Amino acid sequence: MSTLHTVNKSPFSHTALNSCLTVCGPDDGVILLEDGVYGAMASAPSHTQLKEILARGIRVYALKPDVDARGIGEKLMAEVELADYEKFVQLSVQHRCVQSWY
Amino acid sequence: MKKILFISRHSPYGTSQAREALEALLAAAVYGQDTQVLFMDDGVFQLVNNQNSATIDQKSLGASLPALPLYDVEKIYVHSESLRNRGISANELVLDSVQIIDSQAVSRLLAQQDQLLSF
Repeated sequence: MSTLHTVNKSPFSHTALNSCLTVCGPDDGVILLEDGVYGAMASAPSHTQLKEILARGIRVYALKPDVDARGIGEKLMAEVELADYEKFVQLSVQHRCVQSWY
Repeated sequence: MKKILFISRHSPYGTSQAREALEALLAAAVYGQDTQVLFMDDGVFQLVNNQNSATIDQKSLGASLPALPLYDVEKIYVHSESLRNRGISANELVLDSVQIIDSQAVSRLLAQQDQLLSF
């Protein structure tokens, strides 16, 4: 797998997630962390773009501790998978490069 | 030799990130790596000509960028949509040797690298 994209900014106030999704390639993965987890909400402005990425088979994760901390677990898009820290480490080593969008 | 892509996404004077990206980029180039740079999002503001940062007592970043080819950094990419969204045209840039590429080309560029460094 080629690039793991990490996004740590809310799409309600930053364009980091939007930029990430614009250039995300077919063998890539995306993990939302810190305030980036707000991007997994069904109400997020990036919702449609995220749907398109998921439809292309790109997997999108949200870091569970950050989701739980913010109390938004019930509001997430169903297609977004939750990842714990162990999974985050696995994803980091499975991909050739990591690109941080911040 | 490793292929390293520096991704510079922040504007020149509001934070030190753009300056730090340039310094790290030049250092990597001196060590003889295959060093490339991509400007996208607000990072394209670094390339705007006629910067006069003396007015805010800062060194001009725009004036430093033309040094890149002297350090053998010849692959300089600029994201076309980032330019277009900000109303900046190619002839307003401090460098004329840049390659202006669309999102799909950026995607392919990322996939070719051994290392990505984001600033």
